[in-house]
Amino acid sequence: MKKRILALLLLVSLLGTVLSGCGDGSTEQAPENGQTNGSTDAGTQGNAITVGIAQDLDDSLDPHKAVAAGTKEVMFNVFEGLMKPTSEGDLTPAIAESYEVSPDRLTYTFTLREGVKFHNGDTVTAEDVVYSINRCAEASETGVLQVEAFSVIQSVEATDDHTVVITIAEPSNEFISYMTTAILPADYDQQDTAPVGTGPFKFVSRTAQDSIVMEKFSDYWGTPAQLDKVTFKIIENADSILMSLQSGAVDLFAHLTSTQVAQLGSDFNVVESTMNLVQAMYLNNKAAPFDNEKVRQALCYAIDKQEIIDLAFDGYGSPIGSSMYPAFGKYFDDELSNYYTRDVERAKALLAEAGYPDGFSMTITVPSNYQPHIDTAQVLVEQLKAVGITAEIQPVEWGTWLSDVYAGRQYQSTVVGVDASNMTARALLERFTSQADNNFINYENDDYDALFAQAQACYDDAEQTEIYKQMERNLTEHAANVYIQDLADLVAVRNTLDGLQTYPIYVLDLSTVHYVQ
Amino acid sequence: MKQNNYLRTGLFLTGVLAVLICLGFFWTPYSPTAMNGSEKFLGPSLRHLMGTDNFGRDIFSRVLKGAGTTAGIAFCTVAIGAVCGTAVGALTGYFGGIVDEALMRFNDVMTAFPSILLALVFISVLGPGSKYNVILALGVVFIPSFARVTRTAFASLRDVNYVKSVRLMGAGKARILLVHMLPNTAQILLPAITIGFNNAVLAEASMSYLGIGVTPPDASLGYMLSEAQGMFSAAPWYALGTGFTIVLLVFSVGLIGEGLQRRGKEVA
Repeated sequence: MKKRILALLLLVSLLGTVLSGCGDGSTEQAPENGQTNGSTDAGTQGNAITVGIAQDLDDSLDPHKAVAAGTKEVMFNVFEGLMKPTSEGDLTPAIAESYEVSPDRLTYTFTLREGVKFHNGDTVTAEDVVYSINRCAEASETGVLQVEAFSVIQSVEATDDHTVVITIAEPSNEFISYMTTAILPADYDQQDTAPVGTGPFKFVSRTAQDSIVMEKFSDYWGTPAQLDKVTFKIIENADSILMSLQSGAVDLFAHLTSTQVAQLGSDFNVVESTMNLVQAMYLNNKAAPFDNEKVRQALCYAIDKQEIIDLAFDGYGSPIGSSMYPAFGKYFDDELSNYYTRDVERAKALLAEAGYPDGFSMTITVPSNYQPHIDTAQVLVEQLKAVGITAEIQPVEWGTWLSDVYAGRQYQSTVVGVDASNMTARALLERFTSQADNNFINYENDDYDALFAQAQACYDDAEQTEIYKQMERNLTEHAANVYIQDLADLVAVRNTLDGLQTYPIYVLDLSTVHYVQ
Repeated sequence: MKQNNYLRTGLFLTGVLAVLICLGFFWTPYSPTAMNGSEKFLGPSLRHLMGTDNFGRDIFSRVLKGAGTTAGIAFCTVAIGAVCGTAVGALTGYFGGIVDEALMRFNDVMTAFPSILLALVFISVLGPGSKYNVILALGVVFIPSFARVTRTAFASLRDVNYVKSVRLMGAGKARILLVHMLPNTAQILLPAITIGFNNAVLAEASMSYLGIGVTPPDASLGYMLSEAQGMFSAAPWYALGTGFTIVLLVFSVGLIGEGLQRRGKEVA
């Protein structure tokens, strides 16, 4: 009989084993982390830090071949273009010292900075610039991604050692922002494995599935990096992120959740920036009942953005009111964020007008691998309840979401974040024109289409900006989607470090990070 | 009468849990999905017996509701497993022959796979995110073990004298199986059901823990445990409260099973 009780207890303890399955992996890694910790401490004296990243750089180290955002984020420290993005979201000359645009806006003349050196010691010449731009424009080499915007280039010429002239076929307000494309040495064919650029850090080594090491480039043309060595440690298991920070194995980790941040403790400072996503409950404008504008407006009045941010994100996040986020500066219209404020009575009245006095049932499809969106959906369900709408969350795999929701448009509503492929308003707004391939909400509005055509034909920046703002207002007024927020990007930084600058694009610039004296 | 203490304690604990679970269907101290931004991560107190989670939801209310969901799924799973399993076991045990061979070898194949893995396969075919699919998948997975247990019981009863007598008296096969033999397998079947129930509770918990059971914001004990993992250092009471409830549920039903088995031996 004792055996039976024993068996029962074993059964119960089996539960512990089964349920702690995921945790086990991280426990096993603890000794390894401990070792890294030791070397970090040793490195600390040598002015080094360890940065945690969530994924390996396994696409390509060649900046013209890399596709993953996570790879570009890290390699930002190694490569530069003629121009370089600043932390304010502007562009500043980097390898170029200055540039001039001809009056007809078709010829760009770049003057290269004196004495800019590659990590291999060679000086950057006009020839290298011509090679790098042609490489991306032609994309004849295997794996090199063609830069769409370079299709307007007619010629790239080195007129002397320090001058490059680029001629384009038609004027473009956006062309200069593509000049951030990395400049590489012309006669070098090992970018894939041993990349060479001009950035503040030079690449040292990569151990697959483990780490990437970079060192300060002492011949950097600008303000040199303050750290001597940076090790990027790959931590793929989300559960071990917190442990690696607390154990001292990692000094800095970006893209944390507010729950993770809340558990960090006093050894860390949290640097907040934005993810640059338009998070919204996207509505299928062709599926009943969301084909009715009044119903969509009722949803907008039913929800409280700030409450979502407070409940699910501990107050980190910026409310938005249209398909544009604050980092875009001139295109962002803050007024629209408060266009709809929570008004339960008004929402109910609108529902009644639309023929749903008792509310209705709806499904919110959410990609199950994105916890922030699932959390948002949970709060939405509660808020919609107050106006009589019964919402049900349907978690789907990312692949299913892409095929059914995004490509197939077979859904009622979905909570996701939509980003811009480049720093142009067009990247966010073009998708809602009725003929756009990626118009997954089936938005159809003649005014909107007309405005977009007008914006494309307009070469005056201020005027074009004004048109883009009208398009944003159009989306808000017709309640195309229930806009929520631009998610906060939280970076944990050990409190012995300071100086981290955040960017409105997805990069992690470590050149300004330094130890507090 | 020492052995009956197992049964008594088990029945008492299960009874208390059952009352709490039934209560949870009609009333909980707070709505299990109601969020409150000013009461996040509160420790256990009189206001919130098991504290609150990251949305400020009352964990005790969620545990009541979640235990109901988990127990409900376990109950239905065992019902499917027991009914189908007994049917298969009775037929193969009583008639034997080629059908017996075929079904039992198929049974062996099924048992060769770890049950959770098999359930995962079913879920991926049926589609995740619905508790009915979870019930169906787990139910199917539970059939083989019941079939095996009842087959042995029916096979051993087949040539017992009273069965031979009713057969000679001309009773139909259905009558022999259902009226005369089934009641006499109870002492084997009942403990098997309680053990099956426990396995089903654990299986549901692990499946929801892996994110393929119930969907948020609904609560089930396993799903809550997986939620709790991410906030273990901020709200340890979440994992503890939920885990303890699973342990208690399994332990008390396990005691009943143990008591039944002992009583069975005594009678025999």
